[in-house]
Amino acid sequence: MACNLLVLGLAGDEPMEEDNVFDPYRNELPRRGSVAIHSRRALSGTCTVLLTGSALLLSGSQAFSAEELIELSQDDSQWVMPAKNYASTRYSGLDRINTENVDALQVAWTFSVGTTGGQEAAPLIVGETLYVVSSFPNILYALDVTDGSLRWSYEPGPERAAQGVACCDVVNRGAAYYDGKIIYNTLDNHTVAVDAETGEEVWKSKLGDISVGETMTMAPLVVKGKVLVGNSGGEMGVRGWLTALDAETGEIAWRAYSTGPDEDVRIGEDFEPFYPADAEPDLGVTTWPPGRWQIGGGTVWGWISYDPELDLIYHGTANPGPWNHNQRLGDNKWTASIFARDPDDGMARWAYQWGPHDLFDYDGINEVLLLDLEIDGEERQVLVRPERNGYMYVLDRETGEVLSADPYEYITVTNGVDLETGRPIENRDKVPREGEITREICPAAPGAKDWQPSAYSPRTGLMYVPHQHLCMDMRVVETSYIAGTPFVGAEVQMYAGPGGYRGEFMAWDPVERRKAWVIRENFPVWSGTVATAGDVAFYGTMDRWFKAVDARSGDVLWQFRVDSGIIGQPVTYQGPDGRQYVAIMSGVGGWSGAVVSGDLDTDVPFGALGFVGAMQDLPEHTAAGGTLYVFALPEEAAASQTPRQGQQRTQPPAQQPQPPAQQSQPPAQQPQQPAQQPQQPPAQQQEQQGRQAAPDARPAAQQEAGDGA
Amino acid sequence: MARDLRPAPRATAAGFAAVRRGHGRRRTWAARLARSIAPAAAAAAVLLAFPLTPTAAERQLRVCSDPNNLPFSNRAGEGFENALAELIADELGAELSYTWWAQRRGFIRNTLDAGECDLVIGVPADYELVETTRPYYRSSYVFVYPAAEQLDLRSLGDPRLRKLRIGVHLTGDDGANPPPVHALGRLGIVDNVVGYMIYGDYRDPNPPARLIEAVANGEVDVATAWGPLAGWFAQRSDVPLEVQPIKDGAAFAPLPFEFSIAMGVRRGDTALRDEIEAVLESRRDDVVATLERYGVPLVEPRDGRAAEGAEPLRVAHDDVSEGQ
Repeated sequence: MACNLLVLGLAGDEPMEEDNVFDPYRNELPRRGSVAIHSRRALSGTCTVLLTGSALLLSGSQAFSAEELIELSQDDSQWVMPAKNYASTRYSGLDRINTENVDALQVAWTFSVGTTGGQEAAPLIVGETLYVVSSFPNILYALDVTDGSLRWSYEPGPERAAQGVACCDVVNRGAAYYDGKIIYNTLDNHTVAVDAETGEEVWKSKLGDISVGETMTMAPLVVKGKVLVGNSGGEMGVRGWLTALDAETGEIAWRAYSTGPDEDVRIGEDFEPFYPADAEPDLGVTTWPPGRWQIGGGTVWGWISYDPELDLIYHGTANPGPWNHNQRLGDNKWTASIFARDPDDGMARWAYQWGPHDLFDYDGINEVLLLDLEIDGEERQVLVRPERNGYMYVLDRETGEVLSADPYEYITVTNGVDLETGRPIENRDKVPREGEITREICPAAPGAKDWQPSAYSPRTGLMYVPHQHLCMDMRVVETSYIAGTPFVGAEVQMYAGPGGYRGEFMAWDPVERRKAWVIRENFPVWSGTVATAGDVAFYGTMDRWFKAVDARSGDVLWQFRVDSGIIGQPVTYQGPDGRQYVAIMSGVGGWSGAVVSGDLDTDVPFGALGFVGAMQDLPEHTAAGGTLYVFALPEEAAASQTPRQGQQRTQPPAQQPQPPAQQSQPPAQQPQQPAQQPQQPPAQQQEQQGRQAAPDARPAAQQEAGDGA
Repeated sequence: MARDLRPAPRATAAGFAAVRRGHGRRRTWAARLARSIAPAAAAAAVLLAFPLTPTAAERQLRVCSDPNNLPFSNRAGEGFENALAELIADELGAELSYTWWAQRRGFIRNTLDAGECDLVIGVPADYELVETTRPYYRSSYVFVYPAAEQLDLRSLGDPRLRKLRIGVHLTGDDGANPPPVHALGRLGIVDNVVGYMIYGDYRDPNPPARLIEAVANGEVDVATAWGPLAGWFAQRSDVPLEVQPIKDGAAFAPLPFEFSIAMGVRRGDTALRDEIEAVLESRRDDVVATLERYGVPLVEPRDGRAAEGAEPLRVAHDDVSEGQ
């Protein structure tokens, strides 16, 4: 058990001071549950010694370079960052589990993380150890990759009160590996680095404060020795930021805000947005009524990608808040935007606002996939983003130009995206007016796709996109109550979109710009996905199925019923025994599943900001949980596995990075590699069609939960 | 207005609960009897004739409360909700205990619904998360400004509001704001509005009070605030402040500017709700006196729709109520 040391003299602020601050919110909470929270003071002596030891250890590992991490990310036996690689393709070159044998998959081992908040974390695999972070209180477990033996666990002991601040369940989206350390965020705004071998805390930095509504739930990305992290809490008036920490010390290197003067946003001489209107100075101030940007939202609680060639990181910013939209007239920059930044100093290279003056809580922190695609006969370096607003954006990642934005979901609030200006074309009928009910707002507040990340297979040239299919009605007035003060808000009721189903797992062809195939799901598909060289894609459902589908046809090849609904991120790896494993956390929750994990009242449809109304039947399908499942083929089958044609995978099972020639190199390869395609997908034209042949792809039209007020 | 006495709580198989309720019923009955036959002084005498029984200590009144939110409550017991909790505990012959939790999102879930405590002293009368009693007071959103300015503001339609710097509370959750914020937005009054997060910084005492302090220290010219908060802090401000209920709320229907406030118990806990209602009725003079002592601006329901069958037990008038 590692101690709760706060970095002594290393962090930018003074974390030790917090013990002296009068703060009944922290000190007076009833303690339920059995998680021990250690006294920092009692352990501080020991910790100092440990820190010294770690410092010595660190000094010996200066050689760890950005290239080394890239190499590790290309080793398909491991999984060292939640998105697998900097291009965020979540694609693995492993193919021992493939379309021909995946139906024999069985449980190798399981592990309960002991918490029942929603489990959204991607497990990491480094060497022969699997690491996974639980939902609050964010316990880190280290397990043997083949037999699941528990090596150690680490408890950061976050403030219990943080649970009352988090908007949408107490999730954590995972850790990142860098130079012998497992690095992740705790709900109470600490970034911690833990020794990957021993489980001892190396450093712990405090970045924000729950007392002002901030929390942290996102998974860090480590780029060139900097740990990139962002905050949550836009609805609490938090001003969004992305912060870079020194990976060795935890010290803050830079912080870029999403709103405010250019200096705060880190916009300078090198800033060259594609759309000329975006080049005006201080748009983070001037696109708001006076001072509004100071409590303007635009938090950064989602995904970051990195292009080593252009040396740019890419990240989204969340919606503006907490003002009524009529109290924040203007574009509200740079909320609901995408930034390209220099990882060394955070300076913005370009920015693009996909959602000027957001009206619907489209919280655009979605993943950014960096792909090289042939567009109009020309190879382009692009980023692809399945956006909240229902459009699949393809941007030139060097310039920020929108090349295309095609709808992938049912959309009523906009009529396309104007490629001249980059702005969505607003449907005025759907602008909420006070005192009136606005019906059929599609997509609903979580957007066409929320945080759940997509994957891309260079073998099929397809993206695999888990997402939701929801609409909502909005009207004033619902009475709420905070701090003794009654107030009124939009009464939001979400419900299944046309067809009566609430989620989709979709394959999208980014070159043809259309769906290749679709699996309709009863509930929103709130899990991530992984695609493999075995032409299998994996995802999970909130009603407890973990599924393997044929990446080319969308046929469901195998499914397994787990203990609780799945909202986690599947990963795959190869053990030292040579077997390929697939790992996924079960444990329903998140914003969509809070009706179960938060034990919310299903009779209050406006709970969870309106999501409860659309999920009232979820408790009939699942209870809360928190179990890591690891699947593999039976040993005899595994022994007779032969790598598929066209693949030369002769490297020893574990540890050494593969030669960089392997195909998950970021940015990803060209999509079409005809020689390796065993069959052309017959389903290319099945746009908007349910997969009738799939065993569990029923249209789910029978459910009528929350069908409007 | 008089209310019918409720029937005695139904018997239950749970022995302990029955004892608790039985005891409570007796005290309540005594209080009711006192009210029906004698003035308050006599009531006190009757109460003295029913000293606490040895079983009294077994009963606890477990209240869910914010430890840092005057004038409502704090850990030192200085808020009017603390005073009302004491009054109810006294009337039920119960020992008062608190579960402290900041009153924010998840408050009900983590306290009342977690079984940590059984009673919330203040919730809107139509609050769906809890079983509400009949409301025991009704207040209004108000203007607060330095008395010396003699603004005499009562209307959101007042043209001066286009120039004055107006402080408002922000409560989070996109689009969910205090009614004056919605109304100002509808009027296009935007540039001169200054927002204060109601959450404030919880390390400071009574975080929502920053809004009233902003009026006193001149950061803003006027604030719109929920009446009880404004009334209490105006009363105690070094700079004399004036509090005026917003009177033209009807122009912004269906936005309500007045809210009836009730007490809340767990949904389904009608037995405790009935007990609390009985106490609120039997001690209503004391309840109102407590609210007035804390400067809570009290108003009457405007019409049947606003009240929605949730009439306050009593409405008091004072200088700041509208007296309609």
